Amino acid sequence: MSRTAKRLRYVLKRLLQAIPIVLMIVVVNFFLLHMAEGDAVDVLAGEAGSATPEYMAELRAKFGLDQPLPVQLFVYLKNVLSFDLGYSFRHEMPVLELVMDRFWPTLLLMVSTILLAVGFGIVLGLLAATGLNTWRDTLISIFALVTYATPLFWVGLMFIVIFALNLGWFPTSGMKNVAAFNDTWSWANIKDVAHHLVLPTITLSLFYLALYTRLMRASMLEQAGMDYVTTARAKGLTENRIMFVHVLRNALLPVVTMAGVQVGALIGGSVIVESVFAWPGLGMLAFEALFARDLNLLLGIFLLSALLVVAVNLVVDIIYSSLDPRIEVS
Amino acid sequence: MSAPLLEIRDLHVALPAGSERPYAVEAVNADLAPNEILCIVGESGSGKSLMSRAVMGLLPKPHVHVAKGSIRFGEEDLVTIPDARLRQIRGSDISMIFQEPMTALNPVMTIGDQIDEVFRFHEKMSRRERRERAIGLLDDVHLPDPAASMRAYPHELSGGQRQRAMIAMALALDPKILIADEPTTALDVTTQAQILKLIKEMQEKHDTGVLFITHDFGVVADIADRVAVMQGGQMVEAGTAAEVLNNPQHPYTQRLIEAVPSLTPRPPRVQAAKPVLEVKNLTKTFRSGGGFLGFGGEERIVHAAKDVTLELRHGETLGIVGESGSGKSTVARCIVRLIEAEEGKILLGDTDLRPLGRAAMRPHRARIQMVFQDPFASLNPRTKVGAIISQGPIIQGVPREEAEAKTRELLKVVGLDERAYDRYPHEFSGGQRQRIGIARALVLGPDVLVADEPVSALDVSIQAQILRLLDEIRERMTLSMIFITHDLRVAAQVCDRLAVMRYGEVVETGPTAEIFRDPRHEYTRALLAAVPGKDWRAG
Repeated sequence: MSRTAKRLRYVLKRLLQAIPIVLMIVVVNFFLLHMAEGDAVDVLAGEAGSATPEYMAELRAKFGLDQPLPVQLFVYLKNVLSFDLGYSFRHEMPVLELVMDRFWPTLLLMVSTILLAVGFGIVLGLLAATGLNTWRDTLISIFALVTYATPLFWVGLMFIVIFALNLGWFPTSGMKNVAAFNDTWSWANIKDVAHHLVLPTITLSLFYLALYTRLMRASMLEQAGMDYVTTARAKGLTENRIMFVHVLRNALLPVVTMAGVQVGALIGGSVIVESVFAWPGLGMLAFEALFARDLNLLLGIFLLSALLVVAVNLVVDIIYSSLDPRIEVS
Repeated sequence: MSAPLLEIRDLHVALPAGSERPYAVEAVNADLAPNEILCIVGESGSGKSLMSRAVMGLLPKPHVHVAKGSIRFGEEDLVTIPDARLRQIRGSDISMIFQEPMTALNPVMTIGDQIDEVFRFHEKMSRRERRERAIGLLDDVHLPDPAASMRAYPHELSGGQRQRAMIAMALALDPKILIADEPTTALDVTTQAQILKLIKEMQEKHDTGVLFITHDFGVVADIADRVAVMQGGQMVEAGTAAEVLNNPQHPYTQRLIEAVPSLTPRPPRVQAAKPVLEVKNLTKTFRSGGGFLGFGGEERIVHAAKDVTLELRHGETLGIVGESGSGKSTVARCIVRLIEAEEGKILLGDTDLRPLGRAAMRPHRARIQMVFQDPFASLNPRTKVGAIISQGPIIQGVPREEAEAKTRELLKVVGLDERAYDRYPHEFSGGQRQRIGIARALVLGPDVLVADEPVSALDVSIQAQILRLLDEIRERMTLSMIFITHDLRVAAQVCDRLAVMRYGEVVETGPTAEIFRDPRHEYTRALLAAVPGKDWRAG
């Protein structure tokens, strides 16, 4: 079997394996959320004030919340399988529509964050490792330590104060200027979104950047002591060739593994950053849904996040198998 | 003798301050002529490897560096020439092959790319020309299907094939000098014989001068023109192979050669007919792959032990010999129930151990104990030696004081100071650790001792001591022993009877002397033929 056919088969296998995993996640989420006190009716009634118990019972019956849990679960699962995620009482919109609307901003933020963190982490780690124990190494290590230890929300707020308010280089919040409020793929629009993306991306990626820098540095140093490096030297190769061709590729492997594992954590981190920068993504939506006890919406968001993590992990594994020929995709 | 290719004069390689000795290599003089194989022999720590790396400028600078002396190569001194010139020489005029062919090749680059680099950095050639040269090289070192090997990654080749690829890479530009640092130590004996033959063949074809580093006198006898013996950084003796091997002058050389086990089996001892352990039709298979909905690709099944039947008589030593992957270690581990065999019987006395559960097995554990191969990995680094040894009896229900007294006694039996009780494993040398491992097994008073390659990680002089110790103990405690080894010299000196294994099957069993005199199976014959230095001191 050729390598491509093997890879296709592998992707198919992984997708099939993902189905039971995602279903499990749906079930677990469902029970977790129903263990929490209160439901949407409590919140609606509380906000409206002076709701009678009869009215509340009527609302519950209307939403199907009076049914026993297993029946509710069954109905929910059936709906999910037909791509119906239910209706958000809060936003008065179908959940699917709402979630898909907020999905793209989050994906955009995530992808740009990963690229920035991994890309710069690798470069900085490489620079630190090649200039071991020089001022360059020390400087990068201090930078990594400081960013590693600083809380995300504080960095976000400071960026707003310095770069948005004082210097006025970037907008303080949101994803688009209100004036340019349309959805076309015009150049001006893309530039506008990119302009808004800069601060949230940098904020979210700083922590991971520090992590990958340290990991990359350690990994480069470990690989530089391996036997194959001596062989390369014995072949008469230049130090640059040894570093950038032989050591680099081997040193990348742990960084890629780590990045794959952390994609899930990144969604968690994005809740904070999206709140600070009012980025209209899933994280913000989840935050609002949680306080409104909008369980349908929360379940929808969780499901989408789970799918996202599964998909990204698959992509990372495929990248990994092309970096490391010892991993067989079969 | 023609003018030497390489002249090493008064070479001193300095170690970092605070090391055991100031110089790893001290005042060494050596010459290497074209078309000559010079073997540098010594035990671990003798400085033989660092000496060869000094020639290549591959010392781990700046901690370890050449402090004094010169290495003349043609008109140049390799110690003082600039790095750029040294890089030109490396890989083209002087090249090197290493011990561990797996780690010495970059795991994420194809063999073809790794050979290609040598051409790219030293010669101006078109891509096609380089490819043709590389395929030609792989053909020269007898790799099957050179074009496919070009595309292969190191892990897709066997150990011997990887070493062939390494040799092809080293010989790419027809070097004047080849440095081989223990190139066959990690290989099986039959593969070792082939690689030695290949090195000799290539060396004769290209008039190369070979600096061959080894610890194995058998290999020296097979390949060397001249021999230099190193001890503690100094060269204690040098001469032609015949002189050094057959008429050694220096006491250290004499001791080393004395320690090499003879291939003549020792006289068989009188044996009881009563078996203490019987293994009947033991089968163990390992599976991998397969799995989920049949999407896992083909399932791979390895028959590590196939219908193995063995008999260990009271007081004897039964050797299981074979190459890596023959299943000899699997059988040993099945017998002591470290892994579960699928089928068959393991009869210790009248009890079949195989079907016993954890609790039912516990009382029998004391009767059958194991000594492991790697003395560095098999002792817990965070546990004191005393605790390591006394843990066994304490678990078996012996009171703490009694277990301690017994432990101290056994430390003496295996030739260690009683003070070892309160020390950690890292404070001991390899040979001493193996003694600790033996004490750990013996403290339970076993009837059967299973020793899995107990001396293969040790230097030859230490190896001789441990073998002597095992012999003494066996006499004193009336032990029966299963001795796993890949080394037929060791087997000849230790074992009363032998079982030869290949691909999970026992192909031949019989008294050691009989098997050495008249091997019936072709594989046994191949193994015996491959023993290095078999014509030297064979009788």
